[in-house]
Amino acid sequence: MTSVSVDDAVGPAQLHEVVVTVNSVARSARVPARRLLSDLLRHDLRLTGTHVGCEHGVCGACTVLLDGEPVRSCLTFAVMADGARITTVEGLGAPDGGLGPVQRAFRECHGLQCGFCTPGFLLLATELLARRPDPSDDEIADALGGNLCRCTGYVNIVRSVRRAAEILAEPPSGDGA
Amino acid sequence: MKPPPFAYHRPASVEEAAQLLADLVGERGEGGEGGEGGEAKVIAGGQSLVPLLNFRLASPGHLVDINAIDALGGLDVRPGAVDVGATVRAARLLSERTVAVAHPLLAEATRWIAHPVIRNRGTVCGSLAHADPAAELPAVLSLLDGSIEAVAWRAGALVRRRVGAGDLFAGPLQTTLEPDELVVAARFPTLGARTGWAVDELALRRGDYALAGVALAVTVDGDGAPTAGRAAYMSCAPTPVVVDIGPAIVDDSPGPDALYALVASALDPTDDIHASGEYRRHLAATLTVRALGGALARARARIDADSEHPSEVPA
Amino acid sequence: MTTRWFGERVERREDQRLLTGGGRFLDDAGHEALAVAFVRSPHAHARLTGIDVAAALDVDGLVAIYTWDDLPGRLADPLPLLIPHPDLTHPRTQYALARGEVNHVGEAIAMIVAVDRYVAEDAAERIVVDYEPLPAVVGIDAARSGPHLVHPDVPGNVAAVTTQELGDARAAIAAAPRVLELDLAIERSLSSPLEGRGVHARWDADDRRLRIRTSTQTSTGVRAAVANILDLPDVAVDVVTPDVGGGFGTKVVHPYPEEVLVPWAARLLGREVKWVEDRYEHFVSATHERGQEHHVRVGFGDDGTILALEVEFWHDTGAYTPYGIVLPIITATQLPGPYRHRHYRVTFTSLYTNTVTCTPYRGAGRPQGCFVMERTIDRIAEHLGLDRAEVRARNLIGPDEFPYDFQMTFQDGRPLIYDSGDYPALLARLEELVGWDGVAAERAAAAAEGRHLGVGLACYVEGTGVGPYEGGHVHVETNGRVMVATGLTSQGQGHETVFAQIVADELGVDVADVFVTTGDTRRFPYAVGTYASRAAVMSGNAVALAARAVRAKAIRVAADALEAAPDDLDIEAGLVHVRGTPSRGIPLSQVAVLSNPLRYSFSKEAEAATQFSSPADPDVAPVPDDEEPGLEARDYYSPVRSTFAAGMHAAVVEVDTDTGSIDVLRYAVVHDCGPLINPMIVEGQIQGGVAQGLAGALLERVVYDEMGNPSNANFMDFLMPYLSEVPEPAIAHLETPSPLNPLGIKGAGEAGVIPVSACLAAAIEDAVGVRIDRMPISPPELWAALARRRPTPEVLA
Repeated sequence: MTSVSVDDAVGPAQLHEVVVTVNSVARSARVPARRLLSDLLRHDLRLTGTHVGCEHGVCGACTVLLDGEPVRSCLTFAVMADGARITTVEGLGAPDGGLGPVQRAFRECHGLQCGFCTPGFLLLATELLARRPDPSDDEIADALGGNLCRCTGYVNIVRSVRRAAEILAEPPSGDGA
Repeated sequence: MKPPPFAYHRPASVEEAAQLLADLVGERGEGGEGGEGGEAKVIAGGQSLVPLLNFRLASPGHLVDINAIDALGGLDVRPGAVDVGATVRAARLLSERTVAVAHPLLAEATRWIAHPVIRNRGTVCGSLAHADPAAELPAVLSLLDGSIEAVAWRAGALVRRRVGAGDLFAGPLQTTLEPDELVVAARFPTLGARTGWAVDELALRRGDYALAGVALAVTVDGDGAPTAGRAAYMSCAPTPVVVDIGPAIVDDSPGPDALYALVASALDPTDDIHASGEYRRHLAATLTVRALGGALARARARIDADSEHPSEVPA
Repeated sequence: MTTRWFGERVERREDQRLLTGGGRFLDDAGHEALAVAFVRSPHAHARLTGIDVAAALDVDGLVAIYTWDDLPGRLADPLPLLIPHPDLTHPRTQYALARGEVNHVGEAIAMIVAVDRYVAEDAAERIVVDYEPLPAVVGIDAARSGPHLVHPDVPGNVAAVTTQELGDARAAIAAAPRVLELDLAIERSLSSPLEGRGVHARWDADDRRLRIRTSTQTSTGVRAAVANILDLPDVAVDVVTPDVGGGFGTKVVHPYPEEVLVPWAARLLGREVKWVEDRYEHFVSATHERGQEHHVRVGFGDDGTILALEVEFWHDTGAYTPYGIVLPIITATQLPGPYRHRHYRVTFTSLYTNTVTCTPYRGAGRPQGCFVMERTIDRIAEHLGLDRAEVRARNLIGPDEFPYDFQMTFQDGRPLIYDSGDYPALLARLEELVGWDGVAAERAAAAAEGRHLGVGLACYVEGTGVGPYEGGHVHVETNGRVMVATGLTSQGQGHETVFAQIVADELGVDVADVFVTTGDTRRFPYAVGTYASRAAVMSGNAVALAARAVRAKAIRVAADALEAAPDDLDIEAGLVHVRGTPSRGIPLSQVAVLSNPLRYSFSKEAEAATQFSSPADPDVAPVPDDEEPGLEARDYYSPVRSTFAAGMHAAVVEVDTDTGSIDVLRYAVVHDCGPLINPMIVEGQIQGGVAQGLAGALLERVVYDEMGNPSNANFMDFLMPYLSEVPEPAIAHLETPSPLNPLGIKGAGEAGVIPVSACLAAAIEDAVGVRIDRMPISPPELWAALARRRPTPEVLA
């Protein structure tokens, strides 16, 4: 396919300074305007937990939290996320470095197989449970129903979310979980 | 698939955005249709535009990001209409309770849009400007005879223009907006007195664009008898189609068959790989028949309420 | 007390890294690598008459552009034919970059190397290719009966025609009291793993080694092909399989063009090079499957007994045949299912079309075969007015009829002989699970409300644990860690956990002390790959055998050290001790120390292995003739033939006849893969398989227009199911061990997907009485079928 050439209008790639807070850490990079947020996270910031499955906003493997809300990072230009607070899967662990409650639940319930879609689901589940600690099946389906998984058939993903709700509702124990 | 290169602009005001568009479009001077190949595109939510860029189906040389323009972030819920600024996300129509109370049809239609993650970023005005005939908001705007407000920088001044839904949608992904025009707000008039509503769609997967969808409004008199009705259809034509269903619902004799026949004869959808035009026509008519009861019930529920507090804008 | 890990729902070892963003998928490493994009054909069939790269040369960040003319030596030859067969008379494989012609949309023409993928795509856009379009052959009918050819020297577009027969089907049909004839079809689909393909290569000039990471199902296969094509010694090529985001069959094909081109470019440029497939590329260049048309004649008795079956089918193999005719062979040999056959004749023709090449996708030809057999039995039942489960029951091979020999050759080149199973028990359990006996009442109650309910069932047999072999290496290190390696690969099946469970049981250690590596040619260089539901059977048994050899050696060495008889020793929780006297024992780690006679100690514990530490027999060498140093062993499992798992599914559906919508109200699976190593993982495989099967029945199809342009090469139009589209199946297990392997296990990876189309077609038909001869079926199609009900099939006797 040939397309309208914009080189003569645009010139060499102009770089933009993008400053974001990722998992509570200030990060920055200089990137062209067209750099997708998914690529900024993965390649400029080396946070490869966010995955890329389609780059057209359907599979959700690239899901991150942007200012607390789940978004598709493959549909977001990094420059448009300048100044934002971002949470990726790398930020979901427990304070002591162990697995966070949602992560633990997914392991207990076999909520993942190949693991490629998993970070997206973990973030959706985390955001859902922060908003609705005791979600109904409909609320789980609504929150998670836009991300694809090819391996699990979703059964154990839903079980994992329910289990995570249980774990979060438990009184804190002494083991740092 | 990575997007082609573009220059990025982030104006801080409506004037700045309009002037920018005027400059950029002026370099190429192409008028008429928007869409692919245009020199500058406005981006707010990006949920429709970025996939096009990632597929390289569009190569605008410039993107104008309007998210920094505070004046465009307003959501004004009044008894007569809901005005939505250009950077307001679809999700906000669901999270603000006042919208559900004042304009339940608009809220329900929004609930059908894609998935929550898309609604978190996608904007109401962006959906209208994108003009996908399968989308919910263009159909609802058409049903309500709503409008958008657009501005442009012409001859050294900011010029405003209101475009009614009937004049806005020109074809699939095509509006009558000029390349230098910026949509700043959309107006969704509320339903009139004793008017009920329904929205229904059928898609192959939850959250997908509908094979066919309908947004419906019916008005009853003080005894609950239907006096008027309109339906707007998604995925049935190159643009939203609005059909006057009154003839099939007023009077005693017409039944569901008459309504079905009226709708079916008003629509001529085309085939695609997911469904035939014949199926879409049938589905649209079937959904309409199924939705009517709920819409009438809602209309009748308003009889007492509206006689106490008549609304300002008739249906 | 011994800890048993086999059969336990052990949480997965893989999860720690996969849950924390610590997975290492292909694109997660190599941030400094150059990126690759391809110019791919926009035409289904065309001659290439010119390639002009001039406009691309100015793109800032471009490094290189290659076309076929640049390819040296064997790289310029067609890629290898993976599985030849005497009946594959006209095999064709593609060139790594198109040479003079292209045969499907998406075929690679030029490779662009650049600083990043954005720039590489910019350059690719500027390359101008001149095409002379040729008529495209699309679909089985056009290939079979049309005037045009995909390959000019392949008459009739026929890659192969082959027949297998048991008995004399034609004569038996002629003599049968009743005969039915039917036409059935399955449409094309594809694996579509969430992670696409990718190749990352680096030529290490210091070590003179080519280091390759590729998202593959067979690292040894890629290694062999690359070493041969690039004319490198095998030992100079390392292939490491990273974490893989799903394979489902498409990643077992090798070498994909990119798998040889990227390493070649890396070596040529002296730079790291990495190609990461995007979603569009996956749709137009990763392999597809499923498209077949079948014609069936079945002779049967008044009681529904199958007397003879003749099937003729046409298989769409796409533009090339790297996988030979294995797919249609699987269809042909798995079609008989769990039923007694005395006369069965199957002929298939593999046809070229100008579309993407077809190779196995989970199920690998079995869904088609199952669809044919099960729809045929349903027709027999309908024709006779008999219960569909009852007709099946009458035909099932009995539990005392094993081994059951079809006198045919299976896809592994070995005899098609079912080894064990209890099909009547499966059927009884399925009927119970889905409530078969109560469905008639359910259906009637629904009908009274104007609702349309239906039930369907489908049965299958699956040959698993296909050879030729797999191997395992088990090594107890002096630090106590048990390091296990096997050469096949993982794409989410939990191999690191399952194989650890097996070894932990064999050795008597804690599963947490066992560390499994798969798919790394540096760790285990002899392997075949992960496909055909074989990993647990093949590598599971291989590591078990290796672990047993390690255990035996540990006992020998410990017996010496403890001055006890080997028969008196046990190993529990990593301690080798005299049975009943745990205090008289030594840890396995110390046995590992002692198994390697040392001159130089490296730790306090290792001192015990040095020459003055204990008296030695002066007539026995430190390492005797029949021994080797170290507590490790390598062993292989090579099956004499495949082992046959089986299963049955049933579904209750509701159809909305006004919209054609199909709602699966409940779905039941009974499944026999022998003893379960980790039930949690097996259930996960079944749940995922059912989801893919359901997708293939109701949602997913690959569509080409008549010019060979893909119509739905994206996730918006290729409809993979979300959460709301997939019901939760009820699952029950039966276990009939396999007599063919030491662990007695059978494969489970593909089970969930095989019978779903057959099952749902039957249920929909039961609900609304319309013939379903072709899958998938969407609501609009069902509605259209309801609108024009088809006539009953032709009865010939």
